[in-house]
Amino acid sequence: MGLEYVKISPGFEKYMPKDYVDLVKYGQFGKQIDVQQIDQIKELVEEHPMCAGCYMAYFVRIFYASLPKPEDTIVLGTAGCARLALSQAAVPFIYGNYGDTNAVASGLKRALSIRFPDKIKDVVVVAGDGGLMDIGFGMTMHSWFRREKFTTIMVDNEVYGNTGGQESGMSPKGVQLKMAPKGKKFDKINAVELAKTAGCVYVAKLAPTNPKRIAKTIKRAILAARELGPTFIHVYTSCNIEYSIPTERVLADAKEREKNDFGFYEWMTDEAKEYLEEQEKKMAEAKT
Amino acid sequence: MPEQKVVETDYLLLEAPRERKFITGSQAMAEAVKRANVDIAIAYPITPQSETMHLVGDLWAQGYLKDYYRAEEEYGAMSAIAGAVRGGARAFTATSGPGLLRGLEAIASWPGHRIPAVLGVLTRVVNAPLSIQPDNVEISYLMNCGMVVLHAENQQDVFDFTLASFAISEMVDVYLPIAVCTEGFFVTHAKGYVNMTPEDMKLPPRDPYKAPVPPTDCEIPPARIQRDAPVQKSNFMSYLIHQVWQQEVWSSNMRAMKYIYKYLNGPIEVINPDAEVFVAASGCAAAQAREAVRYAQMEGLNVGLLKIKSIVPFPSKEVRETLKNAKAIIVPEHNIVGWLAKEIKANIPNSDNVIGRPRVYGGMTLPVELIMDEIYAALGIKKDKTVLV
Ligand SMILES: Cc1ncc(C[n+]2csc(CCOP(=O)(O)OP(=O)(O)O)c2C)c(N)n1
Ligand code: SF4
Ligand SMILES: [Mg+2]
Repeated sequence: MGLEYVKISPGFEKYMPKDYVDLVKYGQFGKQIDVQQIDQIKELVEEHPMCAGCYMAYFVRIFYASLPKPEDTIVLGTAGCARLALSQAAVPFIYGNYGDTNAVASGLKRALSIRFPDKIKDVVVVAGDGGLMDIGFGMTMHSWFRREKFTTIMVDNEVYGNTGGQESGMSPKGVQLKMAPKGKKFDKINAVELAKTAGCVYVAKLAPTNPKRIAKTIKRAILAARELGPTFIHVYTSCNIEYSIPTERVLADAKEREKNDFGFYEWMTDEAKEYLEEQEKKMAEAKT
Repeated sequence: MPEQKVVETDYLLLEAPRERKFITGSQAMAEAVKRANVDIAIAYPITPQSETMHLVGDLWAQGYLKDYYRAEEEYGAMSAIAGAVRGGARAFTATSGPGLLRGLEAIASWPGHRIPAVLGVLTRVVNAPLSIQPDNVEISYLMNCGMVVLHAENQQDVFDFTLASFAISEMVDVYLPIAVCTEGFFVTHAKGYVNMTPEDMKLPPRDPYKAPVPPTDCEIPPARIQRDAPVQKSNFMSYLIHQVWQQEVWSSNMRAMKYIYKYLNGPIEVINPDAEVFVAASGCAAAQAREAVRYAQMEGLNVGLLKIKSIVPFPSKEVRETLKNAKAIIVPEHNIVGWLAKEIKANIPNSDNVIGRPRVYGGMTLPVELIMDEIYAALGIKKDKTVLV
């Protein structure tokens, strides 16, 4: 059904905003695009009010371009910078209260499974480090313990960006931030290990230096969640404002972090591995 | 599990045969859920709610519900309810006192998100020192968020209010959550007679497309409550958008009143409309008030009962009309703040006549004698000691 609801009813093309007509004609709906074609397609998200040069905003664009089935995807966000861009896309977006994403997504996914047992309905949470690992920690963990079938993507800027730069559980030890005037006293939370322990079937960690790899990782996480259980991606998305990274240094910073502590990491259960291999083979065959 | 057939809402609520059973309030709430064609229930234990949600869990195990789970805690439970309802399911949960307050940020945002869910509120002390007894101050925390709040006196009310709430909450011109409140223990754990509709009949399923705000299911263009940048920025548009949206929430809340008339026999019940002195009460206090009015009438005193079933929307007009000639209005309550007395005062011109007593709190029982003392005092009758006939 997804494709039906995004299509324009016959006869209405000339009354719809040009942007929307273009989106249906030249966008991703119903197609598999290569993320490197991003400048040749009408993107799902084009305008957003995030800071100029923000790397998280860049990641959000890549994220949308990577969706395996945007017409059948629902994105959930929460208070935090990312939602400013997430909510601008031509994909249904749910925004509740700060940190509630993984509980809301649990209810949503279950409702969709009850109503549409035979249809694909991808549910994806994209939320900040504070949202997922501080205020929403319990709900994040328990959605994983319960094996809820949706993807969680943590856009980790190591700070509360949206409220003006306070320490989060994901800030590195020692960093001086607001509400940590003497420097952060404890280590960055090891979200990846928590996700593995808590029951995620696919876990990845990356710095957004390689769009093709980001796209592949996102697709894998969403496909595995569809069939098998919770999946998690931990992405470093620097905050150039709060960490004073000049825009032209943003990519260099990501590369540096990739070398130090954000090297690409991917882990999955044997079952997920088998399933993804099978799916990717099918997709490759469909292309040729 | 008997095969259940779907019948029309009006038939089930207004005409279907009823069978009398002697059951607890918890059972009455679960029996209503059984007949409400509920898709999913999400539970988190707290005394005195737990038994209700155990029974609902059993309903799922028997096949009456399609999904059920024990949540991580109430904030997670209430958030998941929001997710399930936005996904188009019919959902139910219940909680008590501290659980309600823990879930409150989520619950208080249901009306704005247009979440037609039904929430059982089985009251219990909040604040310190701890007690698990049925103080009902928590209801006051629900009164300003836009949800419909009903207050049940007894097991029969619990059944009727709960079943009707599923229908009322999903009416397109309402489309709001409804809290069905009643006192823990006094009602949940005590038995009373309940006339129930047949077990093999249930409400029609939820049609999530019959809605002012469509579901988010990738079958229909979604409502973009949070899409546009103006809503997220501190500027004039954001104020305006919030304003008109909330005006619509509260107008929808008022529109629930016509269904409260249709399905629950109106928002109030009155005994002896020409009384000189009224006892006005809701929930369990109304049961005690009813007794006090009976005693007073036996003593030949001109005393009436005003039972208020609907706390939000508050039946302003009806309360004003009923109390217009009352010399005194006694408002017994199970909480220290007297939220019902305040609400009545705010809605009538002769608010000096409101006597915000007796109040018991901490979950204490509300002896009829205490209400009688107020009646005597209001009528200028001097008694050394209240002796009940
Ligand atoms: C219940 C609640 N508490 C606090 C806030 C304030 N708040 C909004 S965004 C935010 C921090 C966001 O940090 P993070 O989740 O890391 O996202 P970022 O902005 O860094 O992307 C906070 C504390 C809120 N909106 N709601
Ligand atoms: S505050 Fe930081 S994370 Fe937020 S939009 Fe600006 S640069 Fe991006
Ligand atoms: Mg952050």
